[in-house]
Amino acid sequence: MTTAAPPRPATGRPRRAAGRRAARWPAWRAFLLLTLPMVAGLFLFKYVAIGWGFLLSFNDARGTIALGDWNGLENYRRLLGDPAFTRSLVTILLFTLFIVPVTFALSLGLAVLVNRLRGGRAFFRTTFFIPAAVSYVVGALVWKMSLFSGTPSGVANSLAYLLGYEESIGWVATVDPPLYWIVLVTVRLWLQTGFYMILFLAGIQQIPAQLYEAARVDGAESEGRLFRHITWPMLRNTSVAVVLLLIINAFQAFDEFYNILASNLSGLGGADGRTPLIYLFQTALGEQNYGAGSAGAFVVTVLIVVFTLLQGRFAGFGRTAEEEG
Amino acid sequence: MRKRHLGSYAAVIVFAVPFLLPFYLLVRNALMSKRELGSLDWHWWPETISFQGFADAFGNEAVPLAHALWNSTLISAISAPLSTLLASMAGYALARIPVAASKPAFFFIIATMMVPGAATFIPTFVVVGSLGGVNTMWGLIVPGLFSAFAVLLFRGFYLRFPRELEDAGRVDGLGYLGLYGRLALPNSGALFASLGILSFIEHWNAFLWPLVIGQDPEFWTVQVALSTNLNQQAVNMPALFAGALVAILPLVALFLIAQRWIVRGVLLTGIKG
Repeated sequence: MTTAAPPRPATGRPRRAAGRRAARWPAWRAFLLLTLPMVAGLFLFKYVAIGWGFLLSFNDARGTIALGDWNGLENYRRLLGDPAFTRSLVTILLFTLFIVPVTFALSLGLAVLVNRLRGGRAFFRTTFFIPAAVSYVVGALVWKMSLFSGTPSGVANSLAYLLGYEESIGWVATVDPPLYWIVLVTVRLWLQTGFYMILFLAGIQQIPAQLYEAARVDGAESEGRLFRHITWPMLRNTSVAVVLLLIINAFQAFDEFYNILASNLSGLGGADGRTPLIYLFQTALGEQNYGAGSAGAFVVTVLIVVFTLLQGRFAGFGRTAEEEG
Repeated sequence: MRKRHLGSYAAVIVFAVPFLLPFYLLVRNALMSKRELGSLDWHWWPETISFQGFADAFGNEAVPLAHALWNSTLISAISAPLSTLLASMAGYALARIPVAASKPAFFFIIATMMVPGAATFIPTFVVVGSLGGVNTMWGLIVPGLFSAFAVLLFRGFYLRFPRELEDAGRVDGLGYLGLYGRLALPNSGALFASLGILSFIEHWNAFLWPLVIGQDPEFWTVQVALSTNLNQQAVNMPALFAGALVAILPLVALFLIAQRWIVRGVLLTGIKG
């Protein structure tokens, strides 16, 4: 009797569910196999690291990376009370406020210029882009030891001599006026401008040619007006991305400051020219003070996040103004 | 019209000179003798080309440059394909395998992009150090293998991957792993190449992390070795430039050969500039 029971619709459902489950296990297995390495790696080297660092920043962790010696906000208080650290924040802020607009203008200008060329576009694109293959260490080396070396045969000094300055200038070692800034800023311009030029160049090449033709028909003949009314607004997304990347990269400056100023740091009126990352490097690895180092890492992280969010806000305001106007 | 073009060329050449000057200096200084490079007068080109700088650069026992070059080659050659492969695996799974965990896993990965890389070197050092990774090859390599941004790009690529191709593969009896390994991965060669090259460049030029984690000269990378030479008291200048020239040659060659892929990759990412 039981075997003869008529099949009810309900019996179909569990069977289908079982079938679906059978079909889904391979999907799950494949999903786990493919994502687990990435998820585990990011979990360990980002989440665990950041969580541990955060806890460590409330500990007196000197010569140890173990938790357990709780000292509350002491690390933060000492850090923000240390003029060397606050000065490093001012340094990086000034550096960012200068390098971001200058790189932006230079890379955009070069992109427009290269795009206007009839022949040799590939050659000049490569010329401006190739420094992106060079490390900041090598860049620092050329700048410190050859271009801006303090010797009379340095390139900058040879040029200065041609212009009538008889004495050779110690570019890296001169704090007042801060000539070492010229060295730091130009090396970064050389290394990073071509990279952003490529981004702008791609953006420009995506602008439909009809837009320019239509504008010419409407009487906009001058290059300046075409740029202002078409190129610039059409590059909006690229511009926002470029500024964002520039800010993040500027705040993380380490390599060229370390290699250009390292052996001169003591000669530069104490900690002048140190960036926050150099300060933290010296705190964590030099003094083995991992608690203070972790606290500093969080201060810097918060600063970068705030700055990028602010930039997003300003870009957002720009858009609404554009739409209203 | 023609006048305007002349103006463009004049301007572009004026800018090109300072961009090329440092390369010229690298070559010139590497080929000069110590005496000539140290002289007070400007020389456009060495009077006699000297390879002593290269011999000195590789002969310096305090800074094992050849070994550092080997370390950098090893690290970059392992990191670039491996990190790109890991990103492509995760990107495929997130785009094409419909399981409930897909969205949370995606946010878990993407959220790490919010945290600026260089500011996390101390927390990462703490973790890697506690796992015994200081002065080890894995300590230099493993933490740099996980790029959320590459996952994002691969996911976007696989989302646009043609469904018909996958259906055909399924008919042939492929499971998800088979679909990824036999169809999706081989068909993402262009993106794989461009991200792989960018990853190679990034690892070859990395300085802060190798400096932090490879403290023993045995684990120095070429950038750390150059920096050590640069900050020495008595610097052998031709050797310094010879070492730098050797250090940039592989990448400049890679740049010139694979420029198309690099530009493509740069447009897709936006890594360190």
